[in-house]
Amino acid sequence: MKKSVFLGALTVASIAAGASAAATLDDVKARGKLNCGVTTGLVGFAAPDANGKWEGFDVGVCRAVAAAVLGDANAVEFVPTTGKTRFTALASGEVDMLARNTTWTLSRDVDLKFDFVGVNYYDGQGFLVSKEMGVSSAKDLDGATVCIQTGTTTELNLADFFRANNISYEPVPIETNAEGQQQYLAGACDTYTTDASGLAATRATFEDPSAHVVLPEIISKEPLGPLVRHGDNEWGDIVRWTLNALISAEELGITSTNIGELSAAPGDNPEINRMLGTEGNLGEMLGLDADWAKRAIMAGGNYGELFAKNIGESTPIALARGLNAQWKDGGLIYSPPFR
Amino acid sequence: MSDMSYVRSEMLPERAPPASSVGIVGWARQNLFNGVGNSILTVLALILLWIVVSRLVPWFFSPTWNSASLNECREIVGTGHGHGGGGACWGVIRDRWQQLLFGFYPEAERWRTVLAFALLFVALIPVLFNMISRRMNWVLLLAVLGLAALYLGGALGIIVGLALIAAAGFVGFKALSTSKEDRAAEIEAGAKRLPNPLIFSAIFPFVAPWLLWGGSIWLPIGAALGFVVGYIAFRYLTPIVGSLAGLIIAVLATVIWWLVLTGGFASIMSSIIPIGLEPVESRNFGGFMLSITIGVVAIACSLPIGIVLALGRQSDLLIVKALCVGFIEFIRGVPLITLLFVASTLLNIFMPPGTNFDIILRVLIMVTLFAAAYMAEVIRGGLAALPTGQYEAADALGLDYWKAQRLIIMPQALKISIPGIVSTFIGVFKDTVLVSIIGLLDPLGLTNAIRADVAWNGLVWELYGFIAFMFFVFCFSMSRYSMYLERRLRTDHR
Repeated sequence: MKKSVFLGALTVASIAAGASAAATLDDVKARGKLNCGVTTGLVGFAAPDANGKWEGFDVGVCRAVAAAVLGDANAVEFVPTTGKTRFTALASGEVDMLARNTTWTLSRDVDLKFDFVGVNYYDGQGFLVSKEMGVSSAKDLDGATVCIQTGTTTELNLADFFRANNISYEPVPIETNAEGQQQYLAGACDTYTTDASGLAATRATFEDPSAHVVLPEIISKEPLGPLVRHGDNEWGDIVRWTLNALISAEELGITSTNIGELSAAPGDNPEINRMLGTEGNLGEMLGLDADWAKRAIMAGGNYGELFAKNIGESTPIALARGLNAQWKDGGLIYSPPFR
Repeated sequence: MSDMSYVRSEMLPERAPPASSVGIVGWARQNLFNGVGNSILTVLALILLWIVVSRLVPWFFSPTWNSASLNECREIVGTGHGHGGGGACWGVIRDRWQQLLFGFYPEAERWRTVLAFALLFVALIPVLFNMISRRMNWVLLLAVLGLAALYLGGALGIIVGLALIAAAGFVGFKALSTSKEDRAAEIEAGAKRLPNPLIFSAIFPFVAPWLLWGGSIWLPIGAALGFVVGYIAFRYLTPIVGSLAGLIIAVLATVIWWLVLTGGFASIMSSIIPIGLEPVESRNFGGFMLSITIGVVAIACSLPIGIVLALGRQSDLLIVKALCVGFIEFIRGVPLITLLFVASTLLNIFMPPGTNFDIILRVLIMVTLFAAAYMAEVIRGGLAALPTGQYEAADALGLDYWKAQRLIIMPQALKISIPGIVSTFIGVFKDTVLVSIIGLLDPLGLTNAIRADVAWNGLVWELYGFIAFMFFVFCFSMSRYSMYLERRLRTDHR
């Protein structure tokens, strides 16, 4: 009886939430600001600078959506969320979208009732070891002590990997990435495992980064992408196609420097014309104006520019494009056509 | 007669004590090298101290204040950062101290948080201390307001600021140039006294939120008028309907005023006379400013609530007692983290969508309730320590329940509970860092955000050290104050 009352309350709440969620675009426009959920701080992906201005790869997605919808890349309220609060923040409508390197999984998509609109970074779990150890493959890590964040999927992936390869390990539980860095440097564990992007960022902070290597094995698939609530497909479409616009822009060679020229008048490439609104009515279909994609790209550049500026090889984090290269360059980054 | 005597007839002159028992040597012998065991312990302690200090001091005094990134620090202090060698990288504090103090509060408006903080002390001094005179309290208030006006600048700001500071100087000079006795004589002779500074302490709870959150000035005024409405209702209805009914009606009138009429009052008044500050959203609160806001509100509200709960728990009225016991035991049985999660996530789900119930307000309520439950038990301890004779004496004097509590029971019970009360305060203030777990950027949450900057990734000790130092300053002051208060209120002539 009690349980059914509770479930009933939940249902009412979620129906009500669904009903109100149907107008996220109107809410955002009325508010004049996009509420975007980000991490409380992750190197390269989202962090406030000394003046409190948020920067990073995920932040770039938020700004692009704000630029497309509201015409101002700075019309974003960044709501810091932790791993524990992020989903409720989105479900309850506290944020309009989440760009918080969240792995796309079935249960999150289906059971938690979210829509992942795409993937902006293909990550995977790796291992960081010191060169002194002389290990060249994760399969040589038999009997190693492993620093591992508790309560994350990385912990489960680790157990799976070692079991599948029939080798043993000794876990050293840690709570945060900062603790992981300290423990690893202090020699409390032979290897530190987390997402490869995080390992690269961690390695970059070391006194002598060249004394440490990230092993070639990537033991899990972690497609990270922005997500929105179920039930408001119009809003989901806007976020999805903003991300796709950034990706297509790189593919088509539209950059923040040449976009002014390309969008001034219809050019030779019809897809560019359609995307930038000089031809067709794609913006209108989304419920936006014709310049939406132009503004999204101008907010921080196309996908490649965002990548290079925040986490690319010229930054201290120095991530190679790898899986995140355009499909034409052998990566997985691929946008459906703008037609 | 012989003048030989076997007993000394005059006193020997006093001689200086032996060199080994006075001064530093004497002190050391008595306290440090008093026996073999103690000598060994002393030497061991000194060696340990030396090991710690000799490493900590060079680490602490490292010339990295102006560095712009961790790598620059490494270039300055050489290798070995974070491994006992090298030096601290203080550049991160120079770069981020404002963020650690104010969070994301807009830079142009930060003076408001500082002013609110300064006014907090002005408001607290007449409550906490009785050592400075009534006039000096007003001098402080005028000086703080004057400085704020000067800081704001502009012709008006400078004129007002200078006028306020001049007034402060004038009153301060007069106060300092007349002695306490002279002043007492003046008052005796009918000199006009300044109003009681507690008036400002009563106004402050309405001023502070207005300064912090901004918006129209009429909202806090409307909220304050709620108390006036309640008071008037109580004053004029009690003789007609009796004290209990009068109290209930007064409370109802206040609540109705707040819920129904305040909004209208504020909007009408602000359309007539629009005075207000730039509104700042709670989301921009962060750093120590957030910790102090939560801490001060929880501390200030939990004491009265705690007293009521403690009395309720001892009450003979069954329902009141059951409610209080249930509340206290429920809140104490649940960790603060759980309450914070309820505030941040569960309430979000159960409230109708679209309600914008401020997250900081939710956290404030939860932390206050949590602190109040603990406070109630601390005060109950004080009540339990009071001999029954005190209650009987109060009854014998014919005092009613509230008078007995106010005049006899509570002053003694609270005095007994001071150490416990202040411990609870300190605990609550430190517990405010738990809000970092629900994504609010208090100092501890900000460390993570700061480390997410490529320039500072990998720094731990400097940030935590700075935060620990700030917390120590606050908590240590509270603890010293409680000792001062205990001395001041000591009546047992020990």
